[in-house]
Order: sequence, then structure tokens, then C-alpha cells
Amino acid sequence: MITMSVPRFWRKQVARYNLIGTHCTNCKTYYYPPRNMCPKCRRDGKLENFKFSGKGEILTYTVIHTAAEGFEKQTPYVLGIVKLEEGPSLTSQIVADPEDMKIGMKVRPVFRKLGESSEKGMIYYGTKFVPE
Amino acid sequence: MSAGIVSYGAYVPRYRIKVDEIARVWGDDANSLKSGLMVHEKSVPDFDEDTATIAVEAARYAVKRSGINAQRIGAVYTGSESHPYAVKPTSTIVAEAVEATPVMTAADYEFACKAGTAAIQTCMGLVQSGMIDLGLAIGADVAQGAPGDALEYTAAAGGVAFIIGSKETEFLAVIEDTYSFTTDTPDFWRREGMPYPEHGGRFTGEPGYFKHVTHAAKGLMAKMGTKPGDYDYAVFHQPNGKFPSRAASILGFTKEQIKPGLVVPKLGNTYSGSCMMGIAATLDQAKPGDRIFATAFGSGAGGDAFSFTVTDKIEEIRNKAPTVMELLADPIYVDYATYAKHKGKIRLA
Ligand SMILES: [Zn+2]
Repeated sequence: MITMSVPRFWRKQVARYNLIGTHCTNCKTYYYPPRNMCPKCRRDGKLENFKFSGKGEILTYTVIHTAAEGFEKQTPYVLGIVKLEEGPSLTSQIVADPEDMKIGMKVRPVFRKLGESSEKGMIYYGTKFVPE
Repeated sequence: MSAGIVSYGAYVPRYRIKVDEIARVWGDDANSLKSGLMVHEKSVPDFDEDTATIAVEAARYAVKRSGINAQRIGAVYTGSESHPYAVKPTSTIVAEAVEATPVMTAADYEFACKAGTAAIQTCMGLVQSGMIDLGLAIGADVAQGAPGDALEYTAAAGGVAFIIGSKETEFLAVIEDTYSFTTDTPDFWRREGMPYPEHGGRFTGEPGYFKHVTHAAKGLMAKMGTKPGDYDYAVFHQPNGKFPSRAASILGFTKEQIKPGLVVPKLGNTYSGSCMMGIAATLDQAKPGDRIFATAFGSGAGGDAFSFTVTDKIEEIRNKAPTVMELLADPIYVDYATYAKHKGKIRLA
């Protein structure tokens, strides 16, 4: 079960669907999720929206055997930290057989259901990763 | 002004179940089913895949194949009989995920297995009238058959997206004409809130599929003054392998003409995606100048026939997104227990 509120999810939706983050043109750093301010440059930061290619590699991962509510059917499943080729890292479910997982493996994004608030609630969609 | 296919994209989930495995569970004779249906295996969606995710993947491949700016898309129509929400469009999810929003119109279509071709026809009208620049027409389904029902052997998952435009230099295929034949026929239905469809048994073949497919197909050829021999390829809605093979033979098309588009033996029936998947698989190997004839069927009931001529553009963009054969390659086979979990047939508390 995803406990995030509908308005909170909706505000982040485009970023989640299309991996849109921010790029600071002052210090050339990329951020995901998007930032309102560059933590390095502060007031001097120049931020623009940036769409990540979605290509990345697995920094580390863990196999979940005892799932949170709403994910029981999917166990065992893989949660990984993906380092995007532009720099930033994010946590995501990795759609792969746990036995095929390797640190450093290349991944690409796919559009999947992230969860739902309940049987009658909203369905949350967004990006997960699969092995290249 | 003419209308044409500017791009196409297909998507099939990675998992498959064999007819033998389903037959094993229900004690049916797998060999007689396989030869009767001409289906050997079918696609199964992953836990986190539904009609919306499949439609998005197909639409993204269509945008990628042509390299068009998605902001040019002025309409998104998704045809399906398994939209994830009863109220809330699938098409807005797709439009957002391909970055076609916000200056555009969108709606979802339902007409059993021909909702996707109805979306193509709508986009043809909109681009030819100049109301929109490009239209995105999708047919996608995660079809459900009740456990133990005959439909369970074929009900599959997949989707296809077509980008329809009116600029001839952008066409990979010209849509020369379309023709529909529609009557009110109760051959197959699903009531609101019911998980699985019902069908009229033997009533589904003659007065449903064959009547509407042959009337639509003959109607289009009469309107255009063409005959089966004028076409290099033909595609008919494929709920199984038998029906399109028989429809082709009734109409005078050969086995060779329907072969590239007959994807059902290794895929199953993708419902709204079925005929469009056959067209996509045919475009995957057609040459410039080839003519393709296609007829979709939707229970309820109606047939939509189309005549296409492939242009030089096909060679240039065909390999910029996966072909249907590439999508069907390298499957992961699952057993019935895993399949039931994927499809939510076992409801966990
Ligand atoms: Zn900065």
C-alpha cells in the first residue's frame, strides 16, 4: 500500500513518469528528484528542468522477501539504487529475477504501476528499471 | 487531404504461458486445443503491468520510431476493454507519459476488440479536417478469461500505438481508405463490475466474426475497386489462428498473404491490440510499394477494414524501435500458479 496522499503524488507525477529532474547550469550538477534550489550554488544556482535518459547502473540492491502491505504477491522482488548516467542516484524497484542481479549492471527505465492506495483508491504509475 | 501512418509501436509483456500448462490444470486435451485454436502460448502481464502501462510503452516506441516532437500530437485515443479505471481515462496517463500534454484532446474508446481501429478512424478524420496535426491511436488490453473457460487459453496482453498524420512526406504507409460494417449483435459482453466476460457460445462465430469481417472487407474492396490479388499482405482480427485463416480463405486471400501478420500462435489474443499487432508485424517486413489489407473485428459487433500502401519511409525508421518478432523473442515461461498470481486470479487478503 502506498500511503502518499493523492495531491502529493500528483505534484510529482510528471517527474515520476518521465524522469524529469533539474540541472544547475552554474555548477553543471544534475538533480533527481527535481530541486527548487541548487544546494551547492545556493543563490547563484541557475536551475532548469532536465529529462534524464534513464540509462543507468545498479550501485547496490536488496531482495525483499517480506513485503510491505500491497506488495505481497510480488515477493521476492528487488529494490535497487540506480545511478543515472548524468550523475544522480535514485531508489527504485528493479524488475528482474533476484538471481540475475549484479552490482554495476546496466538498466533502462520502464513505465509500471508503482502501487495503489486500495482496491477503490488511486493507482500510482511511474518509472521502474529493467536490465538492459 | 490524405491520412497516413506516421509511426507505429508495439509492446508485449515478457511472460508467456503454454496452452499445455493451462490444459494440464483443467484436464483438457492440449493437442486438440492447440490444433483447434492454432494457439500454442500466450503473453501474460507482469504484476505491475496493466492496459495503461502497456499503452504507454507502445506509444513511447511509436514516438521513438518516428522521432516526432510529441507536442505535435493533438489527440490521444486509447481503445481497450480492460481500462484500469471505470471512470478516469487511460489516455491522459499515456498523453502525460509521452509528453503530449496539455494542449490536446483525449478520450478512451470501447468496442470489444476493435476499439483501437475505431481510434485510428477518429484520428484520420481529425487530421484530414485539419483539426489536429498528429493523432495517437492505441489498442491495448490485458484480456481476462474466467479460470477454466475456453477464453482462458487465448486471452493475452499487449498493445499497439499508431501515430496518424496528414503530411504525405511523413507517411510510412498511406491509409488509402477505410470502411466499417456495424450491427447490434450480442455475441460477447462484460457487465460493469464483473471480472470476466460472457460469450454467446457458438453464436460468436458466424453472425459475429465472419459476418462482420467479410462484409467490411468486401465493402472496402467494392468501394475501392480492388481485389485480394491486388494486395501483398492481409491481416484479420485474430482471436485464435483458425478464424483469420478461414476469413482469408472465404475472401480469397492466400496463406502467404496473411502469414507475416498472423502473430496469434505465439502471442494469444490481445483483443484491442490484435489486428493492430498483425498490421505492425506486417509493416515490420513490408517493402516500399507493398499494399496491405486489414480488417479488425469487435464483438457487439462491427468490422473496420483498411487499405494501406507502404512508402519508402518504412526502410528509414523501421528499426528505430523493437519489431513484433523482437518483442516475442526471449520469453519467460510461467506455470499456472505463477500465472494466476500475475493475473490476480488468486486474491490475497
Ligand atoms: Zn549549482
